[in-house]
Amino acid sequence: MSDYQITAGLMPLLDSALLVTAKEKGFAAAESVDLSLVRETSWANIRDRLAVGHFQVAHMLAPMPIACNLGLTPLASRTIAPMALGLGGNAVTVSNALWNEMATHGARADLDPAQTGAALKAVVVERMRCESPLLRFAVVHPHSGHNYELRYWLAACGIDPDRDVEIVILPPPLMADALGAGTINGYCVGEPWGTAAVAAGCGHIATVKAAIWKGSPEKVLGAQARWAERHPEALTALLRAIYRSAVWCADPANREELAGILSAPAYVDRPAAWMLPALTGAIQIGDGATVQVEEFFVPQAKAATFPWRSHALWLYTQMVRWRQIAHDKKNEAIARETYRPDLYRAALQPLGVALPGANAKVEGALRRATPVGSAGASLTLGPDGFFDGSLFDPDKIDDYIASQARGRA
Amino acid sequence: MPPNGLAILVIDENRIRASIIEAGLRESGHDNVTVVHDITGVAHTIAAINPDVIVIDLENPNRDVLENMFQLSRAVKRPVAMFVDRSDSASIEAAVEAGVSAYVVDGLKRERVKPILDMAISRFNAFSRLTRELEEARSELEDRKLIERAKGILMKSKGLSEEDAYALLRKTAMNQNRKIAEIAQSLVTAAGLLGEDE
Repeated sequence: MSDYQITAGLMPLLDSALLVTAKEKGFAAAESVDLSLVRETSWANIRDRLAVGHFQVAHMLAPMPIACNLGLTPLASRTIAPMALGLGGNAVTVSNALWNEMATHGARADLDPAQTGAALKAVVVERMRCESPLLRFAVVHPHSGHNYELRYWLAACGIDPDRDVEIVILPPPLMADALGAGTINGYCVGEPWGTAAVAAGCGHIATVKAAIWKGSPEKVLGAQARWAERHPEALTALLRAIYRSAVWCADPANREELAGILSAPAYVDRPAAWMLPALTGAIQIGDGATVQVEEFFVPQAKAATFPWRSHALWLYTQMVRWRQIAHDKKNEAIARETYRPDLYRAALQPLGVALPGANAKVEGALRRATPVGSAGASLTLGPDGFFDGSLFDPDKIDDYIASQARGRA
Repeated sequence: MPPNGLAILVIDENRIRASIIEAGLRESGHDNVTVVHDITGVAHTIAAINPDVIVIDLENPNRDVLENMFQLSRAVKRPVAMFVDRSDSASIEAAVEAGVSAYVVDGLKRERVKPILDMAISRFNAFSRLTRELEEARSELEDRKLIERAKGILMKSKGLSEEDAYALLRKTAMNQNRKIAEIAQSLVTAAGLLGEDE
């Protein structure tokens, strides 16, 4: 008998896995949650239907709840992020033509962001010299990890994302077609939509989120704040169910089954084989080459479902960096408070789950996997480095914002 | 300028529904209506007609694309940033229920926009109802054809009258707690497999 009726919106992406298995493998039911999942066609629909109460929770881009609370979206209700839905999972894919150009400038088929970024920079410079049109890249949403990591990578490689290339918005399932049609030259998106271009023979994966910023935030469980305040038991039950599904998703023995579940028409609606690269880390990058990526998508290990306030704040600094919002202490506080590690702890502590000792960490500080002091069970964090070796200290946010603003006209 | 001189852009991939919306807008005196079915090039359309109100169906996967255009000043001269009136939650809910969303130019008076949204909502709802009824009518017709064939099979194989054949179908359906059409479907399929049909 279910005590809690919860409807969740999701987009057809591999990292909907934690929500999908919570339902399909019975973890929600075991926590007395009758979980209904509704696949949506746009992030705008997810946001609107959460706002009007059709959904109580949703699979959301990690910056989205922050953008809602900062009033950056046309319609928004107060939204909280009490849990993350894994780390990583994205790739930057370029057209075969662009890859060939990059290869002549030294890009290697090893996904190294510094190397491919330098090659891309050389291509951009050459195109400027020939007065060719700007390269056009697509991301799924202006308030997305894809947008921010693509821009971070470009900027760190000396490419101004606003002036040297064009960045447009496209729905994930349309990306590979647009690349094939030549409408765009590259894109940054969650799996399986990078693999889709490789499978179609029209794209080459140049680098991956896990290489640009290892162990970085991607999707969260967004919950309508009003609903969460009124139904704390229901939210607790759901967080426990999703945690158990994260453990299930992380077990290599379950990969084939998970790929099969996700491939169903109600979810990603694409071949199960397309899910496997992200789940195994064996990324097929094009031309028959495969690169094994450590921690390409992390569903559970390394506190992958913990809603780090340092993640929220880093995403906020990128909103400031790309002039989506002005920085002040009030906005900073709104971003920080959107992520709710307190609710996560309250729900999972009784289960004996390994919890981090703090709610924020210096991002990029861990160069290797490091056992950390945690409440209860043992926990390993990191590596969590940015490819350019920089650090983000959430206690020195003004300095970070100032350092990123330097060098821009 | 006429009283209803608002420039309205309707983006709907469903041509029939788009024309129903357009007709409704024209009937209520809006003659500055532009309809597009495809998001390709819509930035140019927006720049050219400078819409006060944009109506888009929620099924359109390009809503994120469209919203991003609003934030780029080069595509839209004026900020188009509001889902009607944020405080009017009943209206917003009705719109989302109906599957339509609307964006209006910031600062536009609510009483000028409300009738447009209400009209769009009611036409979207009418369209869904029509589609549903058509679907039902179609499946009803198919059911009737199936039952006719199943009766024919029973009449031939068991030597029953038409009336008795139908009574047998109905009794079986009641006993199994299924629809007569489902029983008829099973019978027709089985007969097909056994080569007894026709």
